[in-house]
Amino acid sequence: MYRYDEFDRKLVTERAEQFGRQVEHRLSGKLSEEQFRPLRLMNGLYLQLHAYMLRINVPYGVLSSTQMRKLADIGRKYDKGYGHLTTRQNMQFNWIKLEETPDLLRELASVEMHGIQSSGNCIRNTTADEHAGVAADEVEDPRVYCEIIRQWSTLHPEFSFLPRKFKIAVTGSPHDRAAVKVHDIGLILDRDSSGHPIFEVIVGGGLGRTPFIGKTIREELPPSELLAYLEAILRVYNRFGRRDNKYKARIKVLVHETGAEEFRRLVDEEYANLKGGSLDVPQDEIDRIDAYFAPPDYAELPDECAALDAKMGENADFAEWVDQNVACHKQPGYAIANISVKMPGHAPGDLSSDQMDALADLADRFSFGEMRVTHRQNIVFTDVRKDELYGLWQDLVKLELAAANLNLIGDVICCPGLDYCALANARSIPVAEDITKRFADLKRQKEIGPLELNMSGCINACGHHHVGNIGILGVDKKGEELYQLTLGGCSHEDASLGVRTGPGFTVDDIGPAIETVLDTYVELREHGEEFIDTYRRVGMDPFKEKLYAAR
Amino acid sequence: MPQVIIANRLTDGRVVFLADGDAWASSVNDARVEEPGAGADELLSIAQRLEAQQQVVGAELIDVSVDGGEILPTKPREAIRATGPTNRPDLGKQAGNE
Repeated sequence: MYRYDEFDRKLVTERAEQFGRQVEHRLSGKLSEEQFRPLRLMNGLYLQLHAYMLRINVPYGVLSSTQMRKLADIGRKYDKGYGHLTTRQNMQFNWIKLEETPDLLRELASVEMHGIQSSGNCIRNTTADEHAGVAADEVEDPRVYCEIIRQWSTLHPEFSFLPRKFKIAVTGSPHDRAAVKVHDIGLILDRDSSGHPIFEVIVGGGLGRTPFIGKTIREELPPSELLAYLEAILRVYNRFGRRDNKYKARIKVLVHETGAEEFRRLVDEEYANLKGGSLDVPQDEIDRIDAYFAPPDYAELPDECAALDAKMGENADFAEWVDQNVACHKQPGYAIANISVKMPGHAPGDLSSDQMDALADLADRFSFGEMRVTHRQNIVFTDVRKDELYGLWQDLVKLELAAANLNLIGDVICCPGLDYCALANARSIPVAEDITKRFADLKRQKEIGPLELNMSGCINACGHHHVGNIGILGVDKKGEELYQLTLGGCSHEDASLGVRTGPGFTVDDIGPAIETVLDTYVELREHGEEFIDTYRRVGMDPFKEKLYAAR
Repeated sequence: MPQVIIANRLTDGRVVFLADGDAWASSVNDARVEEPGAGADELLSIAQRLEAQQQVVGAELIDVSVDGGEILPTKPREAIRATGPTNRPDLGKQAGNE
């Protein structure tokens, strides 16, 4: 993984010291809350319902065991012994004390971590395919370009006060695991007819109040031109994006109102001034950064693994986990282990400090000391020997992290909702806990098949409900929590936005409503269909009929 | 409907309620309750003065019901702030450690 150079280290250390002084000024009254608020947000510090919340960047989801141990330590020392994985592949802590944040940030800086740009109207943490660099279907590793984007966007003076926040996602596989089409900018790495890497550039996707699927404005962008082209897009957005209305300030609204063709023209015009200048990324710089992502020291192994087959034959629970949670790896004899942080009845994405420490130890033992945070709020060990999967699984069972529910209904995306978040209108965690308990039976989950259920506690859509095959949106209707249901969303290469079924459901009725949707699907599905296939074939009507027949 | 002042303490962000004698209480049951109008206006004015002294952030009036001496915020958001996350009874004021 990338390691800080002197410049990175100095920048993060100096920022921690600077924020320490700003906190002192706030506590002494030299800074008012109005003056301090943008400063704390620039460092990822929010004031939520119960306390301050600190969001810590995990660049493109890549985390070392040393960093995970530090997060565990921070959870114990400065919080209440747990943290929460976010849909931006970050980690946040919910019970932070302002007076302790300077020490906390110094500790984070010691492991090359910080909260800079995890909030505010700037370029946020770039997210990536959680299987980057190891996926069997990958064309090109996106991490090197994510790192180039990180360096370019960190404290970029021109883009520190954009009309609104800005999110970039990158994938290098044909199967999109990074939801690139619902980002401000989505980048798909591929190869041109000569075999050279190229980017498809998608702009203006997004969720929130006004969801859009992004539009492709450049089919084949050479990597050397990536930063100049991104800069051109950001300049057009910075100039023309609306600042008069925060609900219309995201680039998706600009692209929609301008039209993709005109937006492309504006970008090309700007790009003509930038191309060939100081933003060109020389190949030797790409190679230099690429070296940080060189494959680890893999053993030479056959891809077939008799020991794994034998253990799967002996232990049905282990076989279920391998079948559901383990993915194919580029390297023969190795596998990608997806670790679900979605135990039935638990808050999705919450990890205790003890679990974090244990995961760090397991990453050292089984996956070259590295792991990934996924935007679905899970953890990935990218490089596990097939003959060691059983040992890993045994330890995960002890940690209550062996749920074999990846991409099944138990694998719910869920924002913190009204239990923590100052923006939320309704609780989301208790609803997710109820649904995961309701469908805890793995046999039933597998019978239902692949399904993405995403839930948000407000229209800001941190829980990506618009692109859940089933989406739940919590709203406040005259002081009562109400849950709207959407069907047919998808975040992958065939991305689509869910459609609302109709009137919302109470907290007691939303679980049974999900049961009704799934019973209807099981009744209607044809051989080999997943939920999304059946929905796309039959449409909304049969579901709507069943959901509202009794009303 | 009766009202109390809710805020976050500046130093640690913890939820507090304005009590008698310009003090901040951790429990909503120790809050000073006033009816809307002059009483609530006075509460707000005290809270704003204390906020200007950097004691708290985001002080605001909220509606409560008073039942047998127990003070209950009427809206879910403030009820959760007064107790803690509903999925974690071991945390927050409801756990007695705030």
